[in-house]
Amino acid sequence: MPLSTQSQPDDEHYALVASLDNARNLSNILKAITFKDHAIFTATPNGLKVTVEDSKCLQANAFIQAEIFQEFTIKEDLVGFQVNLTVLLDCLNIFGGTTVPGVSTALRMCYRGYGYPLTLFLEEGGVVTVCKINTEEPEDPIDFDFCSTNVTNKAILLSESLKEAFSELDMTSEVLQITMSPSQPYFRLSTFGNSGNAHYDYPKDSDMMELFRCTKTQTHRYKMSLLKPSTKALALSCKVSVRTDSRGFLSLQYLVRNDDGQICFVEYYCCPDEEVEEE
Amino acid sequence: MLCVCVCAYRPVLAKAIQSLSRIGDELYVEPQEDGLALRSVNSSRSAYACFLFAPLFFTRYTIPSGHAFRCKMAIKSVQAVFRSLASLEKTVEKCHIELDGQKNRLTFTLHCRHGLLKTHNLSFQDSESLQAVFDKDSCANVFRAQPRLLVDTVVHFPPSLEEVTVSVSDERMWVRNHVEEEAEQSKAMLTELCLASDEFDHFAAQAHNSITFCLKELRGLLVFAESTGLPISIYFDEPGSPVVLSVTDNVLEGNFVLATLSDDASLRKNNTERVRTSPPPPPPPDDFMNDDMDSYLIAMDTSIAPGPSTSRPPTTPLADSTCSKQPAAANHRTRLHSEVEEEDETSDTDKPPNKKFCSLFFGSVLPPSSQMSTQPLTKQEVLASDSEDDTPGD
Repeated sequence: MPLSTQSQPDDEHYALVASLDNARNLSNILKAITFKDHAIFTATPNGLKVTVEDSKCLQANAFIQAEIFQEFTIKEDLVGFQVNLTVLLDCLNIFGGTTVPGVSTALRMCYRGYGYPLTLFLEEGGVVTVCKINTEEPEDPIDFDFCSTNVTNKAILLSESLKEAFSELDMTSEVLQITMSPSQPYFRLSTFGNSGNAHYDYPKDSDMMELFRCTKTQTHRYKMSLLKPSTKALALSCKVSVRTDSRGFLSLQYLVRNDDGQICFVEYYCCPDEEVEEE
Repeated sequence: MLCVCVCAYRPVLAKAIQSLSRIGDELYVEPQEDGLALRSVNSSRSAYACFLFAPLFFTRYTIPSGHAFRCKMAIKSVQAVFRSLASLEKTVEKCHIELDGQKNRLTFTLHCRHGLLKTHNLSFQDSESLQAVFDKDSCANVFRAQPRLLVDTVVHFPPSLEEVTVSVSDERMWVRNHVEEEAEQSKAMLTELCLASDEFDHFAAQAHNSITFCLKELRGLLVFAESTGLPISIYFDEPGSPVVLSVTDNVLEGNFVLATLSDDASLRKNNTERVRTSPPPPPPPDDFMNDDMDSYLIAMDTSIAPGPSTSRPPTTPLADSTCSKQPAAANHRTRLHSEVEEEDETSDTDKPPNKKFCSLFFGSVLPPSSQMSTQPLTKQEVLASDSEDDTPGD
């Protein structure tokens, strides 16, 4: 990699250096959480977490473990910055983001510290582009306080089965209602649109249901507009874990396999829309 | 009142709904003794389509005996049930249709692979029965062709083309784009295809007429016919009376009834001037081969449809063909006018909007009691009524 040798001497200045042979492994997963411009980057020795939020009701996190990167050097325990995600994605695709096998854009991402821009070195076919993206004052991500001990209901489904449902969802419905129950209908997605209502029922013993652990019947509504961006993550993923806690908060965890077969995670948290009387 | 239809999922059901959606915005559903009828009509009531799925189409077909029930709903919402048409074929195992008159809901339940159950509860409105009045069996001209032939013919016309003219002789059928008289002749492009009788499965042309009708609905039927591979039968008489396109199978029947161009109707409505009451000669189809386009266009433009109640012999006398250019000129203006109004039928109630096409039929306000004994469509008489006031209430 010409990139690695070139910039080696400067490395001691950087708080964070991360290299990828294939920039698409980063850009793809970032696309799954692109619904607002501002993204909070939090790097720890374990890897990189990118957070995007909407209306204080929705939060999406993408986790890229340190192992995914060919090089991941971090000077501090925690390095945080905020950049415009759309700009970052444009930079990552600066060579056109080709999907031709064997052709890939190599990336080296460096950040010096507070007040410095995020510097990207991108190389494809011997051409190097250097992008500097101004960083913004980092905001604190909302803590949804979604704790696994409070989880009442959990189901893991193969994404394939949910993709179909999400692609058919009646978008004239303002909400998506999710019912999880230890008895019938087990796992139900409902919409209430202009022309009537629709239900999608997944039995707990379906081939598509990898795990079904429900303790109590819960019915909660979530704003369709908030959940819509999560379909991007669904499209990329192979499995999804749907969890609700005692307050009705929804957690959707997507297992995403990248081009090289490595596994990353995308997570969405969503607040319930309103209380629904439980039957 | 509960009506239940269960069937192994067949794409033909979704395809029928898709092709009905090319006609109108609303789907009329009527479970009948002889099967489940799905119908649609366009806003100007110049096109009507009906699919009848026989009880044998379903593995279970139960309708309450004693009283008829029918309803209508936005066709879009029904289409939503069958949204991913391609994947449905592979995933849906069973389809359950339930019409609940008490709860006012039509329920589609799709039993899919992996135990996934999709339930769509659609609300609906009560409606009158929608029944076009047509008699395809008495038509002088009857043709039957494989869908491929018509698809290959229609493909030559641009998507923007609204109407086609079909002319027939003993041996041939000509299909050409209909050029508006107002259109500048120098700019108008004419496409004409000539189909020999041996390309058809059945070819019987007793009346050598030319008819002009909308292409959009024909395209809708072709989508259906092509996917099911069913041959299309075409029945027509003369300009002004509807053309019937139908597909038939052991368990289903589809009829598309399209109005054909008749300028007399708009003139009569306006009470402007009454043109000759005797019909002009049908333009000899061989005229297509001449270069004399003008004479052809004028001849067609002055062709007259039968009045709503006049019964006429199926073949048109060739006498009385003193075709003056005066009425033709008047037609030009009214037709231009009617173009604009065609979309908006509710605009003016005192003066019904002018239409190029006679609006067809309609038995739409038949009282429910008489509906019970609705004869098969084929027993009805041809009516090309242009009355606007039997629009079912919305």
